[in-house]
Amino acid sequence: MDLFEYQARDLFEAHGVPVLRGIVATTPQEAADAAAELATPVVVVKAQVKTGGRGKAGGVKLARSPQEAREAAEKILGLDINGHIVRAVMVTEGADIAEEYYFSLLLDRAQRNYLAMCSKEGGMDIETLAVERPDALARISVSPITGLDAAKADEIVAAAGFEEADRAELARVLVLLGDVYRENDATLVEVNPLVKTGSGQIIALDGKVTLDSNAAFRHPEWEGLADESRDDPLEIRAREKGLNYVKLDGSVGIIGNGAGLVMSTLDVVANAGKEFPGSPTPANFLDIGGGASAQVMADGLDIILSDAQVEVVFVNVFGGITACSEVAKGIIDALGMLGDRAQADRRPAGRQRRRDRSSDARRSGAPLGAHGNHHGRRGAQRRPTGQPGSLR
Amino acid sequence: MAIWLDHHSKVIVQGMTGSEGRKHTQRMIASGTRIVGGVTPGKGGQSVLFEEDPVPVFNSVAEAKQATGANVSVIFVPARFTRGAVFEAVDAGLDLAVCITEGVPVKDSAAFYTHVVESGHTRLIGPNCPGLISPGKSNVGIIPASIARPGRIGLVSKSGTLTYQMMFELGDIGFSTAVGIGGDPVIGTTHIDALAAFEDDPETDAIIMIGEIGGDAEERAAAFVADHVTKPVVGYIAGFTAPEGKTMGHAGAIVSGTKGTALGKKAALEEAGVQVGRTPSEAANLIREIMSSLH
Repeated sequence: MDLFEYQARDLFEAHGVPVLRGIVATTPQEAADAAAELATPVVVVKAQVKTGGRGKAGGVKLARSPQEAREAAEKILGLDINGHIVRAVMVTEGADIAEEYYFSLLLDRAQRNYLAMCSKEGGMDIETLAVERPDALARISVSPITGLDAAKADEIVAAAGFEEADRAELARVLVLLGDVYRENDATLVEVNPLVKTGSGQIIALDGKVTLDSNAAFRHPEWEGLADESRDDPLEIRAREKGLNYVKLDGSVGIIGNGAGLVMSTLDVVANAGKEFPGSPTPANFLDIGGGASAQVMADGLDIILSDAQVEVVFVNVFGGITACSEVAKGIIDALGMLGDRAQADRRPAGRQRRRDRSSDARRSGAPLGAHGNHHGRRGAQRRPTGQPGSLR
Repeated sequence: MAIWLDHHSKVIVQGMTGSEGRKHTQRMIASGTRIVGGVTPGKGGQSVLFEEDPVPVFNSVAEAKQATGANVSVIFVPARFTRGAVFEAVDAGLDLAVCITEGVPVKDSAAFYTHVVESGHTRLIGPNCPGLISPGKSNVGIIPASIARPGRIGLVSKSGTLTYQMMFELGDIGFSTAVGIGGDPVIGTTHIDALAAFEDDPETDAIIMIGEIGGDAEERAAAFVADHVTKPVVGYIAGFTAPEGKTMGHAGAIVSGTKGTALGKKAALEEAGVQVGRTPSEAANLIREIMSSLH
């Protein structure tokens, strides 16, 4: 889960990382009030969006009075930045920036530990720096057991080539950012720029934080952090039911168990008949997971059949943990609930498939097509608008 | 021989007294696994009946190892207790710890993986994986045992159900060992570890590896195949039509140097001489042809 800058700022502040005062505003009037409250000669009005490049897109403006802050907010609110609509701005104090640095701490999947990256040259696009001047970006691995401690922070600032006089305060701030990372189950903490002011103070001027959603069980304070404004309504509904669902643009609803099998099913459906223009494509990704019950199947079908674009549903479940009889029962229950909203195309394989073909599914009287064990290819090749086949 | 698991393996179940642990212990016993004990802190001294046969429960892995000579543990404890459970298995000096639990925070998996590396003696598989099976010898985890017979194909996969699918398609030819390594950001055993073990296993003739989008494990595995694997390898990658996920800020892309797309992974594998099937069935047919040309 990615945080907005203002949420990252609040986390930083809670851990003692030096930040500027900032106030969130969702209307131009609130922005003007925020500027008045901050009462500094200059304030900065910054778009709150979870994407980069907001400066270039006109999402960051200086203001020298509450009236200017109001005008800046009027221009920024509602902007479309890389497909993200700006719904809030943060009004912060102006800073007397002497130098701009870069720091990040993140999960390194390849090494299976953490990686700290630090540079004296911040503020710019760090990807460009990494490619063009790799020597200017220090990369130091960090143990997930000991974390970013004082010794490691000293190593990082030395490797980045900071002047002796700046190292102690920088290292102190890096340790605090390490605390932010560890105590909040983050997978990314990035500060660009980390600045030194004219008076020599180190301040985190911007912040990107990604939290590990697997750790939500031990962070009740995360409640309300999620931003659903960009999500599809069906995705929100699916999440409320605990389903892993992603809306796509096609007409073939897909249900399967296991992310790999569901992705594979999308590929097979998308591939089937692709030499004919206008062939149907997948309408969604939906993984009902291991041990999925009839209720979960019914919930999944309910979500998919709420998608007006869906013309047919393809269920591809491998009975490993999930008994196919449960899957069949779920389909029948869901069809009972939903009346004649859909026909289902289903490919059961594995545990109890014989039983569910011969009894449950047949007994239902529902218009089901069941297909053989060719990884759904036979199912995928059927025309979705065609008549369902008889049970084999 | 198979890899990492055979009929000598003595297996304990961490979390055996929970409902999932109990259900899968029953299934593992039914498929021939030597289950010698369970571990649930506070329930030591009790036993659990499986088809009339009592299996003893111990308070700790160390206690269970001492009493039974166990060398393998399979972990079914809830996510919030997984970090402690893996540390315990490693500290007890087991050869193999197989972590089935899903939803483990990555801070915990990064820490216990680091502990595994530092201890230097335990192989960790998972977390969030279906486990591994050496058909006819032993089955540790949740892979359905009935879908494939013993044979000479080695399989390594990120995805559980795609593992089952592939085993089902090639069930008649059979497998030396099939390993589900899991798809989490931090896993104990990688494609490369399994490829190296299959390369060294005299009972494995050909290898099938299944990957999916995300990360760069498949790209690195491809480079490993090119340099170190002489046995035929067939690949399958899931996720060609998956939408791009949310960007994780700028830092992630710098580390991996790849976007982790299915196309990129397929190209890397083919570059390394790995035949890649477009569907699981096509990959299965490729390995079928290879196996029949070998015998």
